[in-house]
Amino acid sequence: MPLDDFMDVLCPMHVRLDSTGRIVHAGPTLQKLRADEPLVGRRFLEVIELLRPRRASSMGELLTMKGVKMHFQMRGTPRTALKGVMVPQGRGAIINLSFGIGVIEAVRDYVLTSADFAATDLTVEMLYLVEAKSAAMEASRKLNLRLQGAKIAAEEQAFTDTLTGLKNRRAMDHVLTRMLEAGQEFALMHLDLDFFKAVNDTLGHAAGDHVLQRVARVMVEETRDEDTVARVGGDEFVLIFHKQTDRSKLEEIARRIISRLEKPIPFEGQVCRISASIGTSLSLDDERPTAESLVNDADVALYASKRAGRACHTFYTPDLRDAQQATTPPERAAAC
Amino acid sequence: MHGLINRAIQCFVRDTYSNEVWLDVTRFAGLDFTGFEAMLTYEAEVTDLVIAAIGSILSKSREEVLEDVGTYLVSHPNVEALRRLLRFGGVDFVDFLHSLDELPDRARLAVDDLDLPGMALREHSHERFSLTCIDGPPGFGHAMMGILRAMADDYGALVYLEHSGGGAGREVIEITLIESEFAEGREFDLGARAG
Repeated sequence: MPLDDFMDVLCPMHVRLDSTGRIVHAGPTLQKLRADEPLVGRRFLEVIELLRPRRASSMGELLTMKGVKMHFQMRGTPRTALKGVMVPQGRGAIINLSFGIGVIEAVRDYVLTSADFAATDLTVEMLYLVEAKSAAMEASRKLNLRLQGAKIAAEEQAFTDTLTGLKNRRAMDHVLTRMLEAGQEFALMHLDLDFFKAVNDTLGHAAGDHVLQRVARVMVEETRDEDTVARVGGDEFVLIFHKQTDRSKLEEIARRIISRLEKPIPFEGQVCRISASIGTSLSLDDERPTAESLVNDADVALYASKRAGRACHTFYTPDLRDAQQATTPPERAAAC
Repeated sequence: MHGLINRAIQCFVRDTYSNEVWLDVTRFAGLDFTGFEAMLTYEAEVTDLVIAAIGSILSKSREEVLEDVGTYLVSHPNVEALRRLLRFGGVDFVDFLHSLDELPDRARLAVDDLDLPGMALREHSHERFSLTCIDGPPGFGHAMMGILRAMADDYGALVYLEHSGGGAGREVIEITLIESEFAEGREFDLGARAG
């Protein structure tokens, strides 16, 4: 059996060169890469470019790289990358080539089949593995998507703010609706932190989170069990005082909360300083109170506090709304 | 039982019959969920309950159900990815048969906690083979029959299969190759990817 026939079975991507670097024989799979142009008779380096370990332009240069891993690229298109190793043979050489990591594209580009690879070649196993892993990944990805969906659904149904353990906006809406339906009297305080953004910006989100947790604790301590404390935005809170509409009591609670929140909060060797502005609306001030109107009234009162220089508490009165409309709306506390 | 196998049974019912039939199956089997997750693991009894429920609802024996599942796994377009993975095993049907010994290892390479029963192929002559499934869940050989029948079809080979029983955790399938190039078979392009 002639050498070329042996080699075609063992290394179907080999090429045999004569002493001048011309192709004397090309393995059947290698020939498939340039099916339209016979490789035999052409100069090897004109068909395939050597990139590493160093470029070569002559057979002499090529022959100096015996036994080392070489990186090639097909000239023309597609510019398939190839790996190879060269052994001198007589006055010429044999170079065995393979696709390396680009094998998946190559199999697609040249429509190769199992028969194009040596029986011992692991290419088909590698293709199997790539597909099997993609299928398994896809199954995992679908599971993750479903779990993510379930998590979002659960969060949407939840009544708790995960960072502070307070009620969330959904819970607040629920409580307000229930109390209005029952015709109960209550006070609604809208509290907005001052200088919180500065803490977040200068000391980082971990410090911000720490401050929010501390704020939550203060508010829970300053309210009764039957009251509701909800975090309704990044640094906004709503407190609902059940059957508590005594203005002087509410004023006192608001003052105490503000003064406690103004105490410096240590965090990892730094000190966070914040304050709070509060606006309060009372359910009995309105003839037909709705959740929306009460929240809105408290909001107007809150911005009166902000305008008054922060760290203040204000009860809602209709003239505040007129005052707010008369002046340009304050910048929505971007700096606070 | 691995979720992939349970999920395959679920897809078989859903794709061959309907989602309503599948929901009937879950109720009949007394499951407290309506779908298997492919990447989770379930108690073996759950699989048995489901197969029994399918048999009752469709009036089929356990063996028939399992063989149908096997056929579905290779022939339904929704599970084309699996057909492709099996086709990587060999260039023709006989080559494929010889790859079955390594099927559990191939499965593990893809999903490392997927344990398939061991398989041993014996070649009695160029046309006669026997495949022994070792320590599989009862009836696994019937699912394998379905897979082999559909794969023969896929390769275009004409075969005669017979489940010759077994015992002690073994099931034997006798395979007679009548013609290896009986029909055109389905195309298998190495570089294509099942969508």
